[in-house]
Amino acid sequence: MNVKVIVRGNAKGSLLVAKNPLNFLGGIDKKTGMVHDKNHDLFGKFIGDKILVFPFGIGSSVGAYTIYSLKYNHCAPLAMICLKADLTTASGCAISNIPLVVANKNDYDSLQEDRKIVLDAIEGKIS
Amino acid sequence: MELTKEEEDALDGKQGETLALAYRTLVAIGEASGSDRLIPIEWAHLSGVNYNTIGDAGKDFLSNLSRDAKFKVKTTVNPMGFDFDSVSRYNLDDKFIENQRSIKNSYEKMGAIPSYSCIPYEIFDVPKQGTHVSFAESNAAIYANSFSGLVTNKEGAFSALASALTGKSPCSDLRDDEVRKPNLTIRMKVESPNELTYGMLGYFAGKVAGSSVALSGVNDLDRRSCKSLCAGMGTSGACGMFTFGEAEGEKMDFDKKEMQKIHDELNTSESGDLITLGSPQLGLEEVGDLAAMLKGRSFKKRCMIFCPSAIKGQIRDLGYRKEIEHAGGEFLFDCCTCLSPLVDNKEVDSVVTNSVKGAYYLRTSNKVDVNLKSLGRIVEEETK
Repeated sequence: MNVKVIVRGNAKGSLLVAKNPLNFLGGIDKKTGMVHDKNHDLFGKFIGDKILVFPFGIGSSVGAYTIYSLKYNHCAPLAMICLKADLTTASGCAISNIPLVVANKNDYDSLQEDRKIVLDAIEGKIS
Repeated sequence: MELTKEEEDALDGKQGETLALAYRTLVAIGEASGSDRLIPIEWAHLSGVNYNTIGDAGKDFLSNLSRDAKFKVKTTVNPMGFDFDSVSRYNLDDKFIENQRSIKNSYEKMGAIPSYSCIPYEIFDVPKQGTHVSFAESNAAIYANSFSGLVTNKEGAFSALASALTGKSPCSDLRDDEVRKPNLTIRMKVESPNELTYGMLGYFAGKVAGSSVALSGVNDLDRRSCKSLCAGMGTSGACGMFTFGEAEGEKMDFDKKEMQKIHDELNTSESGDLITLGSPQLGLEEVGDLAAMLKGRSFKKRCMIFCPSAIKGQIRDLGYRKEIEHAGGEFLFDCCTCLSPLVDNKEVDSVVTNSVKGAYYLRTSNKVDVNLKSLGRIVEEETK
């Protein structure tokens, strides 16, 4: 699968797939990496150490600093795959050095929970 | 994006992690916004200075970054949460003060000019027409594009910061002449407008326009109305500039009915416990006007007046400060109405202001009600 690279890097791991857009500032505990937004489909889950798949980020641009805090507190995702690149997620991944790619709709929809992948976010390939 | 060899090396970390971080940010934002290259900018103006807006995560990030980062181009900064010279007079949490000090130190260590102002276009010399800059404060970006002849996107905190560190910006959106051409005209139909009318016109335009909008029927704007228009527009949407006169494409009217709708949205109280003036901060000209308007009068309630430190000496020497303080006005420098912890909903229920931008943030962030009216009416109704 070919993807568009927003932030370069490499990652290998299993997927955690969210149906709803993510609000990093309001929805995730930056100290623990747990989703604490009760209305989110990932509520109660840990987003660290996995490749996080979600449609796009929403909410305040300060959410970029939340991504940085997650990385700083060792509970950030290994990489992120989105359907659309929003500036908050893009900036947050850039300052935190977390690979970020955008997949087209068909490829995105084929990404299943727990699947193990290798993400080459330099060449823009998922295998 | 196509990068030069030098940019590619910096992105790969060959010039250290700080520049790698800055280039990663520019490239990520460039890729996300459809840019094909980076271009040089001469001046960066940063948001994300008030501890209330960036919190502990932002403070820690800037503290780490400032260990070895240095700004490469002229860099100015937005207001902080309060004025260090007068903070002891306010009942502010020590922790907030310390956190704000840390942010201030980080920016200054990286080489920021300690301007702490949201009106850089008014207190610094403006570079020549057509110069690319990177302004993150929305009213400043719109003012720079629409009045100062500069070119900038309505930058975010991170793109402007990365621009300050590299002297570059992704060449997207309003940096493209085609995008700067408006395809929507808003016809100003409200008669005898004042600065509040223009603030609401801006707020209306920001809601309906794309990147750029044309305004027709707008004549003889004074400085106060110009700033109010830009600030209103920056508050409600993504629009980053306007032109005057009719453009091709769709037309919309801004009439009394539309204005009333916006006033009803932003005005939530018929009176206020406190008056705030200065969002954007008042410059020298406006402080002079205010002093003249207040001749022989005094405020019936507390009135906070937010200004940049840059005009401190001038307003003292010209006697404006003394006159306004004599009328009961209280000057605060380096901070602004928006997101200031000095307006606390435990102490006040509602605030009087003439600022559309101020009204929006007072209600959404400070969680107080707002009595929105023009400066003329404030002087008439709130002084004796």
